[in-house]
Amino acid sequence: MTQIAHHIPDEMLAAYAAGRLPATFEMVVAAHVSMCDACRAALETHETLGGALMEEAPGESVGDDLLERTLAMLDEAPAPETASRAAPKRFGIYPGPVAEALKNAPPRWRSAGGGVKQQILAEDGKSSVRLLYIPGGMAVPDHGHHGTELTMVLQGAFHDETGRFGPGDVEVADESLEHTPIADEGMDCICLAATDARLRFLSLLPRLAQPFLRI
Amino acid sequence: MRVSGRQGGWKQVSAEQDQELTEQTGWMLAVRDQRDRQAFARLFDYYAPRVKGVLMRSGMGSASAEDVVQDVMLAVWHKAAQFDPARAQVSGWIYRIARNRQVDIARKAGRPLPEEVETETPPEADPGALMALAQESGKLRQALAKLKPEQREVITRAYLGDLTHGEIREETGLPLGTIKSRIRLGLERLRHELKDLRSE
Repeated sequence: MTQIAHHIPDEMLAAYAAGRLPATFEMVVAAHVSMCDACRAALETHETLGGALMEEAPGESVGDDLLERTLAMLDEAPAPETASRAAPKRFGIYPGPVAEALKNAPPRWRSAGGGVKQQILAEDGKSSVRLLYIPGGMAVPDHGHHGTELTMVLQGAFHDETGRFGPGDVEVADESLEHTPIADEGMDCICLAATDARLRFLSLLPRLAQPFLRI
Repeated sequence: MRVSGRQGGWKQVSAEQDQELTEQTGWMLAVRDQRDRQAFARLFDYYAPRVKGVLMRSGMGSASAEDVVQDVMLAVWHKAAQFDPARAQVSGWIYRIARNRQVDIARKAGRPLPEEVETETPPEADPGALMALAQESGKLRQALAKLKPEQREVITRAYLGDLTHGEIREETGLPLGTIKSRIRLGLERLRHELKDLRSE
């Protein structure tokens, strides 16, 4: 396995720890942390800080019987939709949180044109998170962004004006970046991509296709 | 030289920090290893009001907050086997469980969570790492205590604030400078811990 070289920015890990990230970005953070010990450690460090702040913040007293009621429930098996729910598990090349969104089934790819395929995992107002399948050697059309785009490689690799990205690597692109990601020759590239605004394609044809592709 | 110096200093540090080190961690380990209900009750008395405070800061009503507090404290009981005192302080571990649950509730779909690191359950004891983390956390608290009130407020808002309004754009410029070096040390240590776990 290759070394992860491109990480989640620290402010984004802090925002994840604090619950301040859009859901679509959370999936990329959770996927990357599943594969990257350095970012997991950084995330846990932010949680340590959050916990220290929680300990020292003013508390709110709880009802007298809450402890008794809680103790009475200790022997019951926890329901699946609770704070006790288990962390997700990896499925093939898909890290736990992605596997969970896929319900542990292979993606159902839909053509996005030019050999590129995609499956949308979640959409949330102006943000979305999707899987992209880019055949080896193929380019994703030249595009800029509104807001921020996170792209994490799950299989294969791609390169663009800013560098090369292999499995586990995350590219953070903002509005200032207009780039043309090209999948490396050889193995087809599968990425997890999250945006917090509609992508703004620069060439005419993809822009016409944009409503159709829902990118 | 640094290593021998640290080893020489262990006992002294241990004596100084014994109380903050062992109280909550001790209860948590009793829950984890002996399924000790009395220790659980102590943890509950200590953390339930704090978790409720965090939930209400985020705009949750008292009754809903208590439902979540109960759920979180039950998770502390059920997930106890995963608690590793060499990697997390009890407060940080509970903070994570509470935040995850809070975000779950705020969303239609559950929150995307990272996979767990594959370790033995319960994780193998590592007294040296446990002590180092306790020391780092102690230093972190000292650093927090030295912040100016307004810096403290900003950082508290960033970590304990209302989830529904805060978005990444607004609050990335945290006044972390003062405590960053502390976090970095903790970070470095945790990273090595995790590396060691992985290579076993």
